[in-house]
Amino acid sequence: MSRSPGRKQENHKISRELFVLTYGALVAQLCKDYEKDEDVNACLDRMGYSIGIRLIDDFLARSAVKKCRSYSETADMIAQVAFKMYLGVTPSVSCSSASGNEFSLILDKNPLVDFVEELPAERASLCYCNLLCGVIRGALEMVHLAAEVSFLQDRLKGDAVTEIGITFLRKPEDRKHRR
Amino acid sequence: MADEALFLLLHGEMVAGLYRAAEQGEGENGRCTTKLESMGFRVGQGLIERFTKDTARFKDELDIMKFICKDFWTTVFKKQIDNLRTNHQGIYVLQDNKFRLLIQMSAGKQYLEHAPKYLAFTCGLIRGGLSNLGIKSIVTAEVSSMPACKFQVMIQKM
Repeated sequence: MSRSPGRKQENHKISRELFVLTYGALVAQLCKDYEKDEDVNACLDRMGYSIGIRLIDDFLARSAVKKCRSYSETADMIAQVAFKMYLGVTPSVSCSSASGNEFSLILDKNPLVDFVEELPAERASLCYCNLLCGVIRGALEMVHLAAEVSFLQDRLKGDAVTEIGITFLRKPEDRKHRR
Repeated sequence: MADEALFLLLHGEMVAGLYRAAEQGEGENGRCTTKLESMGFRVGQGLIERFTKDTARFKDELDIMKFICKDFWTTVFKKQIDNLRTNHQGIYVLQDNKFRLLIQMSAGKQYLEHAPKYLAFTCGLIRGGLSNLGIKSIVTAEVSSMPACKFQVMIQKM
């Protein structure tokens, strides 16, 4: 049986689709179990948090990146390395506050919603990708950075792009490496 | 690819989350397995469609089972099924000696009672895949020693 060269890429695509489809089935099941959108969002966030605290180990092992020295380096790392590694997309990062602790990641292509056309009418305030917020929050917490992560804009709800806002909660401490 | 880690973690979280909700009294234990299996069913249906878009038509049931054991299993779990047995009367047993979803749990008899929870999704996956290939079946799984497990497929004559 001869294999075409494109087969390997197809297989990668399919294993990513496995994740996307599983996520969709999970959201559908949660919508059946919980009536209120806030409950589903909270549940997704909790699950994302549990995944994030474990995913960070996998990320650090695979990427072997150096320690980030500032919040903006951290945000860049999340966007350019982590998102690329796990979801295959690179969101653009912008800093949205003068104090340098609020960032937003703008995703013009979100692989998690590949198979979703639109949210059903009765689920208008469902944050479909809320798992991502929990994952980022959990992962950051494991490297001792407390943050609040939420969706600022969502393409599924009619906005132009999907935007994730990360707010780091503590001021960066000046570390003086003096011996 | 790093995707495997994501799927493994998501699957683990799904199982844990559903059983946690059940413990808090939102449903009986048996229903968690049903929910996981039905999620696997939906995913299996979708996945098999995307996967067999360009493959040739299958000759018979055995051909389909071999496809599941080789190509489907390789794509989803990065390895082939180790042993396929059949009685040629509609019952197939697929044996995987190092099942990916159980590897990180234990290597023997520890946590054996928790293993079935982690197999429900995959049973649904197989059943969904077969269903969209035109085969109605019942899929069950058994574990005697981790991480090896057996999936038993019973074809239902329509």
